[in-house]
Amino acid sequence: MIEHFDPRQHAKDLGTPCPTRAAGAAPAADAAPVSLTIDGVAIRVPAGTSVLRAAALAGITIPKLCATDSLEAFGSCRLCAVQVEGRRGTPAACTTPVAEGMQVTTQNERLARLRRNVMELYISDHPLDCLTCPANGDCELQDMAGVVGLRQVRYGFEGENHLQAAKDESNPYFTFDPSKCIVCSRCVRACEEVQGTFALTLDGRGFDSKVTAGQGEAFMDSECVSCGACIQACPTATLMEKSVIDAGQPERSVITTCAYCGVGCSFEAQMKGDQLVRMVPFKGGDANHGHSCVKGRFAFGYATHPDRLTTPRIRNSIDQPWREVSWEEAIAFAATRLQAIQTEHGRESIGGITSSRCTNEETYLVQKLVRAAFGNNNTDTCARVCHSPTGYGLKTTLGESAGTQAFDSVMQADAILVIGANPTDAHPVFGSLMRKRLRQGASLIVADPRRIDLLKTPHLADAQHLPLRPGTNVALINALGHVIVTEGLEDHDFIAARCDTAAYRAWRDFISEERHSPEASEAITGVSAEAVRRAARTYASAGNGAIYYGLGVTEHSQGSTMVMGIANLAMATGNLGREGVGVNPLRGQNNVQGSCDMGSFPHELPGYQHVADPVARGRFEAAWGVTLDDEPGLRIPNMFDAAIEGSFKALYVQGEDIAQSDPNTQHVEAALSALECLIVQDLFLNETAKYAHVLLPGASFLEKDGTFTNAERRINRVRRVMPPLAGKADWEVTQDLARALGYPMDYAHPSEIMDEIARLTPSFAGVSYARLEAHGSLQWPCNGAHPAGTPTLHADDFPIGRGRFAITEYVATEERTSRRFPLLLTTGRILSQYNVGAQTRRTDNQVWHDEDVLELHPADAELRGIRDGDWLGITSRAGQTVLRARLSERMQPGVVYTTFHHPGSGANVITTDNSDWATNCPEYKVTAVQVEKVSQPSAWQQRFAAFDRAQRDHLAGAREGTP
Amino acid sequence: MSVRVFVPRDTTALSLGADAVAARLEREARARGLALTLVRNGSRGAAWLEPLVEVETANGRLAFGPVTAEDIPGLLDAGLLDGALLAGDTAHPLALGPTEALPWFARQQRFTFARIGLTDPLSIADYLAHDGFRGLELALARPPQDIVEEVKASGLRGRGGAAFPTGIKWQTVLDTAADQKYIVCNADEGDSGTFADRLVMECDPYLLIEGMTIAGLAVGATQGYIYLRSEYPLAREILDAAIARAEAAGYLGEDIRGSGRAFHLEVRLGAGAYICGEETSLLESLEGKRGLVRAKPPLPAIEGLFGRPTVVNNVLSLAAVPFILAEGAAAYAEVGMGRSRGTLALQLAGNVRRGGLVELAFGASLRELMEGFGGGTASGRPLRAVQVGGPLCAYLPESQWDLPLDYEAFAEVGAGVGHGGVVMFDDSVDMAEQARFSMEFCKVESCGKCTPCRIGSTRGVEVIDRIRAGRDREANLDLLRDLCDTLEDGSLCAMGGMTPFPVRSALTHFPDDFRRPVEGA
Repeated sequence: MIEHFDPRQHAKDLGTPCPTRAAGAAPAADAAPVSLTIDGVAIRVPAGTSVLRAAALAGITIPKLCATDSLEAFGSCRLCAVQVEGRRGTPAACTTPVAEGMQVTTQNERLARLRRNVMELYISDHPLDCLTCPANGDCELQDMAGVVGLRQVRYGFEGENHLQAAKDESNPYFTFDPSKCIVCSRCVRACEEVQGTFALTLDGRGFDSKVTAGQGEAFMDSECVSCGACIQACPTATLMEKSVIDAGQPERSVITTCAYCGVGCSFEAQMKGDQLVRMVPFKGGDANHGHSCVKGRFAFGYATHPDRLTTPRIRNSIDQPWREVSWEEAIAFAATRLQAIQTEHGRESIGGITSSRCTNEETYLVQKLVRAAFGNNNTDTCARVCHSPTGYGLKTTLGESAGTQAFDSVMQADAILVIGANPTDAHPVFGSLMRKRLRQGASLIVADPRRIDLLKTPHLADAQHLPLRPGTNVALINALGHVIVTEGLEDHDFIAARCDTAAYRAWRDFISEERHSPEASEAITGVSAEAVRRAARTYASAGNGAIYYGLGVTEHSQGSTMVMGIANLAMATGNLGREGVGVNPLRGQNNVQGSCDMGSFPHELPGYQHVADPVARGRFEAAWGVTLDDEPGLRIPNMFDAAIEGSFKALYVQGEDIAQSDPNTQHVEAALSALECLIVQDLFLNETAKYAHVLLPGASFLEKDGTFTNAERRINRVRRVMPPLAGKADWEVTQDLARALGYPMDYAHPSEIMDEIARLTPSFAGVSYARLEAHGSLQWPCNGAHPAGTPTLHADDFPIGRGRFAITEYVATEERTSRRFPLLLTTGRILSQYNVGAQTRRTDNQVWHDEDVLELHPADAELRGIRDGDWLGITSRAGQTVLRARLSERMQPGVVYTTFHHPGSGANVITTDNSDWATNCPEYKVTAVQVEKVSQPSAWQQRFAAFDRAQRDHLAGAREGTP
Repeated sequence: MSVRVFVPRDTTALSLGADAVAARLEREARARGLALTLVRNGSRGAAWLEPLVEVETANGRLAFGPVTAEDIPGLLDAGLLDGALLAGDTAHPLALGPTEALPWFARQQRFTFARIGLTDPLSIADYLAHDGFRGLELALARPPQDIVEEVKASGLRGRGGAAFPTGIKWQTVLDTAADQKYIVCNADEGDSGTFADRLVMECDPYLLIEGMTIAGLAVGATQGYIYLRSEYPLAREILDAAIARAEAAGYLGEDIRGSGRAFHLEVRLGAGAYICGEETSLLESLEGKRGLVRAKPPLPAIEGLFGRPTVVNNVLSLAAVPFILAEGAAAYAEVGMGRSRGTLALQLAGNVRRGGLVELAFGASLRELMEGFGGGTASGRPLRAVQVGGPLCAYLPESQWDLPLDYEAFAEVGAGVGHGGVVMFDDSVDMAEQARFSMEFCKVESCGKCTPCRIGSTRGVEVIDRIRAGRDREANLDLLRDLCDTLEDGSLCAMGGMTPFPVRSALTHFPDDFRRPVEGA
């Protein structure tokens, strides 16, 4: 088997972007080809290709510095000068498009002299410290000086120069050394074209031109978001990772997939032995096309953080110190306890939780363990608390539990409707792609209680904000649907051809009712009828209308209803089944799509095959050699309730921190405390692990092979770049536990697990490691009908035949404001931290966000005499916690906001048990609260601190070998 | 009966005391009970005679100049408004006789500048009385392609310096389909020694408005911008007022003269960067961005302002258009030589006795211009060199002064006609210092985008300093020539690409200036 995806095909920089490429799509077949000769070599390329790119494609290298194929041609360095027969002068190859019959010369004495003389000018203002320079060995300036044969600098070095320019080391991850800058603008252009932040600029003109962040600020004080695009673009040592400055150039690299958000960026893990020197976004990555964010690019230090658990530990009760043991002892201890509990309390008394951070193969194995070895269906996953309504809602209406598009599809969208998602923070690389499309002129509609940063995109064309009240999504989507139907904006052809007529008629009658009009719902949503009408017209009439949504849609008591309302809107306007349109859930975690696909839910076997379906179940029973339960098992909230009630006694949790991430923390704590055996497999002593009896060290994504499936159904390879710190990858540990329980599992490599998945899951039938090597990545369904995968779902029909409109009655949440709780709390994410923060809190990302704060509108603050930075007690019907106040105009009055990245914040102490009617997805986004100034942490926080201290002592005790 | 007296109000006249002259004239006339109608006209372009006071008589306008406020009592005593001088007595030292009979004016061929100085710049009635808007009225009756054909047939070439055929540029814009097209007037007149654009804008603003409107009709553009250098505050004031009046009178706006066709015009100010006179930098600046040169292609005619097809023309090119439409292409193309048709607005400056605006058909010799019109140097010393066409064009030695003013003839000797600026130097000039000035100009004004210009200009100044200081002269002279080649071949735009022309011409024609003994050496 080929162990490493061959990156060589992407290693070459072709100088300028493909003219027909829409963010990485293959060149359009109909692009008119142009024939020309370069140095006598005949070549045909698509019209609009630059001479520089055409030459590179013909295998002819033209020197260059300011050109790179991730950025539009700029034409500033003049090294790529060529001569064209019949034309005057020496034009730059990067900015000269090919023409039919063109004859280009790239090498002759005149060009050689010009290039050498230009290089001489560069070097006359550049330090001659190549040997001690951090870019030594990876410097395009150095390479080009060699290529052009520069042998002397006749200008001397006494002239005006920038050699004394001071370094900016303010950013924790990289250094800006302007003394090495050649003013090629690649960083500035990358910040604009790739990232879309426009934090960098050139200041001054002529010889005084210099790159600066913001308005002459330090990088850390500027608008820079540390995405790394500028460093990626820099051809010299000017912008350089501190890790490379410290460690030197890496020796080898392995292509793998980021373990942060659901974008699933491909990276080159650049290594020195087993030391990870840097993560470099991989240009050949189909999800990210060489872009990255501050998390994936830089925040990998957690993988080797001293807090990592490297030895298995066991204890009899949670008030005892841990005992370090061998893998064998830990597994045996766990198996014995599980079996004893099942003997005493029944088969249904134990269960497992799969991880959205682990690989598909590992997730598959955990649910297989539960179903085959535990003998029940008590398996669930953290998607329960994020996108379970997406699975339910989309399966009901469109027939498939997944987003319909590839990320690149957004480049064809004309109107982009973003509902309850914050892509620039939570899915930053996709957010940048979306911003690129918005700069090209697509219209933006944001439905969100907050004024999210996407609305501040530089060079936005048309942007509309619908600042709805939390909890009123369904009323808003109904009002949008009402406008589309009553104003005649439907796509009747699409509806007639693709949708179920009876369901459509029923929906049409329902949605046409006056009570759904924007005028009628204005009082509920708080959004003006005029704004809703305008937004509906924009979405329905733009041409290609695309909907992107996040947890602001799903994490509500009507999350599933809202997802169906979104699907209704797309069907009504015919915005499905082609590029540029669709219904796109932005999945939160790296493998949340995969964990759902892999049968983590109590009612579904891998590939969303219901446990009650005898044919599907029969296939699994035959393959697994067991009889499977045909009744769905317990969902996570049911497990908690059953634990408190006393019927559920043991839980195996792989890579998931339910104690921090699930709502109503005190309820979760009570449930965990009631368990007789809690087995936690994780990188760190997370909040859940503090309640555990068995602690199994997890392996980071750098330490194992496998696959992640991102939000666009793209299956990407994860490749081991270093050995597991604790000696075992997670799938090996699950396998050991199964064996200890008497159920045989014998996989030698995760590829064998994938082969089993492919055999049993129709949508994965065409997936194998060999095919992933060949294609780079595959989007499911990938099978006989779609051997190369399926970028766009529902092109011809729906898996359920015809699309089914759903009736989406708005039912207000029970969580309402009152005199006692007059404010609505909603929760979300920020750019620098990830989820429960277990990873990012153990990196320098802490400098951006070292505590969760409560954002509130200045009007609400003034009413309560609150000033920025005050300690605030936040009380809900569920509990109380204390956070610092941050006054923010992006909030609407009456709504407050926080994040849950730090465990001590207790954000989930306040959130309630309310959940989605169909899937139990918690209503994180709506909690009625009151806030007031306080002077000390809450009672829960004080308890938490004491418990945390005790558990850390228990862990340290184990390290020191004390009993 | 009230006598009409003209005191110019353009920047040249004002800087030479025209306001004081006007004030004194009114005060003195009132004190003496003399009836007077003061007209603040534009300048006629004879800077050497400013402030040029004119008195209207039955036999035409009589000229007096240069007049200072202190001259007013004497002129009135001598009968400026009521007596001998009014009758045309030229005995007074400032009396010049009928303005148009002055050889300096009589020998010019004023097509574009036919009206300047005759009218109150903001008076539409005056403009109409002097043939204004005739070209526009005719253009409104013709289809776009016809207008473009007329401009092509005139042989008009870009007067900003590049000499690209205006009609062909317009054809490209006409042929490029777009939802919006633009006319952009380059009024960032920054060449040393030039002022013709300013004279048009300050003295005959409707001419530019008319020319831009015709361009809009020709290519289908409904929005025009005048990119004006901020150093011309008076031009801005006059243009803004003229645009407002033209809109009110139906010569601009949604419905031009009831034709149903629209053209809107706005003035936008530059921020003091010479490079923004380069058309692509100008467009960047107009879009609100940093004034950085764009690579071409795409041509602005295809992807210009905000990515739309855009005509970018110099003030003088656009100002030539009303004549071409009103009088016909043939009338314009009739004069000139070779492929240089029509007239050229030359601006005599530097060390010159009779400086100002001289509009001549192409083909006149440089010597005739400098001596016949300019009258030699102001210092009275012998002429030694002349820089024609702005700071990026060559210095010409006496051996080239008989060259005809013609784009091709100049190009053949490595010189340029440029925007028509003519800066004269007497024999005290140090041409090595002038070469340094050229490099330094490039260093100060480079946008910094391309490497040869960004670094090369700075190194060029340093190399010339070493040459002048006598350090490794021969090696540094070789290096300087090499650098000139690098700048010419490697620069992105004319800023770096043409800086070698003045430097090389100084090296070639005045080699001794680079080998002068070093003082104190």
